[in-house]
Amino acid sequence: MSDLVADDVAVEPKPRRRRGKGWLLLLPGMLWLLVFFIVPTVQLFITSLYDPNGSYEFGYAMTWHFQNYATAVTDNVDLFVRSFTYAGIATVICLLLGYPLAYAIAFKSGRWRNVMLVLVIAPFFTSFLLRTLAWSAILSDRGVVTSLLQTVAILPDDGRLLATPVAVIAGLVYNFLPFMTLPLYASLDKVDPRLIEAAGDLYSSPFTGFRKVTVPLSMPGVVSGTLLTFIPACGDYINAELLGTTQQYMIGNRIQAAFLKERDYPAAASLSLILMAIVLVMVIVYIRRAGTEELV
Amino acid sequence: MADAARDLTLTNVTKRFGDFVAVDDLSLQVPQGSFFALLGPSGCGKTTTLRIVAGLEAPTAGTVAIGGDDITGLRPYKRPVNTVFQSYALFPHLTIFENVAFGLRRRGAAHITEKTERMLDLVELRDYANRKPAQLSGGQQQRVALGRALINEPGVLLLDEPLGALDLKLRRQMQIELKRIQTEIGITFVHVTHDQEEAMTMADTIAVMNAGHIEQMGPPAELYESPRTTFVANFLGQSNLIEAVVVDTSGSDVVVDCHGQKVGVVGDRSHTDQGQAWLGIRPEKIVVNPAGDDATAASVSGHNVLGGGVVTDVSFVGVSTQYLVRMPWGQEVMVFEQNTGRRAPLRNGDQVNLEWSADHAFLLDADQDAQAGVVFEDDR
Repeated sequence: MSDLVADDVAVEPKPRRRRGKGWLLLLPGMLWLLVFFIVPTVQLFITSLYDPNGSYEFGYAMTWHFQNYATAVTDNVDLFVRSFTYAGIATVICLLLGYPLAYAIAFKSGRWRNVMLVLVIAPFFTSFLLRTLAWSAILSDRGVVTSLLQTVAILPDDGRLLATPVAVIAGLVYNFLPFMTLPLYASLDKVDPRLIEAAGDLYSSPFTGFRKVTVPLSMPGVVSGTLLTFIPACGDYINAELLGTTQQYMIGNRIQAAFLKERDYPAAASLSLILMAIVLVMVIVYIRRAGTEELV
Repeated sequence: MADAARDLTLTNVTKRFGDFVAVDDLSLQVPQGSFFALLGPSGCGKTTTLRIVAGLEAPTAGTVAIGGDDITGLRPYKRPVNTVFQSYALFPHLTIFENVAFGLRRRGAAHITEKTERMLDLVELRDYANRKPAQLSGGQQQRVALGRALINEPGVLLLDEPLGALDLKLRRQMQIELKRIQTEIGITFVHVTHDQEEAMTMADTIAVMNAGHIEQMGPPAELYESPRTTFVANFLGQSNLIEAVVVDTSGSDVVVDCHGQKVGVVGDRSHTDQGQAWLGIRPEKIVVNPAGDDATAASVSGHNVLGGGVVTDVSFVGVSTQYLVRMPWGQEVMVFEQNTGRRAPLRNGDQVNLEWSADHAFLLDADQDAQAGVVFEDDR
């Protein structure tokens, strides 16, 4: 077969793309990012180094006060930990709920596929705030869910759902589920059913075929879905505000309060940047571990 | 898997999709170690038959057995059968090595590394072991698909148009390779194809399928030289089918009347013995001779002559010249003539006789459509 090998050469390196045009297409997006992301972030960074003794009314002095960061962390360790815990739990639950859902839509829905996809994004037709308020009604002390759980003795008679971590995490799960489901669906839909047939032909039971073929091929969806859920969930404050109490407050609530109520801008800015940095590091580690760049 | 008589047997297999009958009461036996081709146009049920053997479709009725074991109800992963898919279906997330080792790993086989490396050597992809399928050319991917199936030493290897995606030159090379590998390892190959040349090049036995049933089954030469139906006559190569009436079956040759001229057909190629018939003759079996010197030629025993032809088209194709000859009853007969230089090429309008040996024609029942199985060049 040696003459064969010589004949069919492996894929050649891609031809070099023409420069210029690509940059032109990037320009509007880059301008947008410059004005609405880079500039505010730099502004935020500058603010975070202001003298904390200044105030909104009398102005701040730029003193390169790096101590702001240390104070922000030491004062709010519990809030950071709680934020990442809640966001992490919510992400895992979203994955457990979203994967079967996306799998069913991609492989089993038949002619109901489009209807089901519309249903997944249907919540977006109502405002985020209203939907979360609706959840406070659903989980309220006299609500059906609470009394049902009390009746079957999962909750004690004086137990509550609202104002507990359960309510906040449930709210996060509900609000971010579509962000998990849609990327999962997109990558599951791309899995060629013939590959699953081939796995069956090669002695894989349906479950082994799922584990060895479907799951690895859907990893890009798992990674983007978890990121799209975890990152915004870390900074969320609406769910904790509406479904929890100060006992369930997350770092978002603290930042919101510092910015809008206490008007302690240096503290708010340094908290924001710390959150951003921690999330960024976690995401980089996660993507490295997941090794998605290896996937086709 | 080397135990004797692990023949693949299909008994009265039927597959319906709603009202559509894809496979119609099909029975066949593939001897162990043979290279068997299922040949037919698209939609004839050949791929469905293959998928039934693989376990990817359940037959509506009938049984599939290997050796004495009925495997009709077995799930695909429990069958001693592997498939080379038309699309190759290589796992894009795994390296070539892991693709080939996939089946062994699932079965928890021993010595996986050595076995996989040996298989990579057989398909000459040792150097590509750590690449991903997307980094390989079509021909290389095809060999990975082959190695991935062969490494499991299946009782039967199924090949679903495995060369369809390759260009002509590579296809010819792979045909020879496949045949060599099959001969070397002696596994039963069942090869589905719509390419009649591919089937004839590789297979020991060809089953020509049409509309869910087998038209004819046998060694390639037998199918080609003595087709039993107009479908086989047209689908396997090309045939001239001329209306004729059987007039005498008493001799060793059957004598037919062909628009007033009598010609003979050797007895064992006559698949009808009375009334209307199709006289079939392959274009390359006919010799055209200028009619000038011998205008009143007539058939003698064993040698047929049809007179009164006029050349209407001449195409020179290098090794041969293809003529269209209009006969007195209006039909145009196709003739391929080797360019031996025996005489100057004929020209349009030349008066010619067609001559051939009685051993070379065949006779078919006239109840069939003369156009059945005709393949147009565009479809190939």
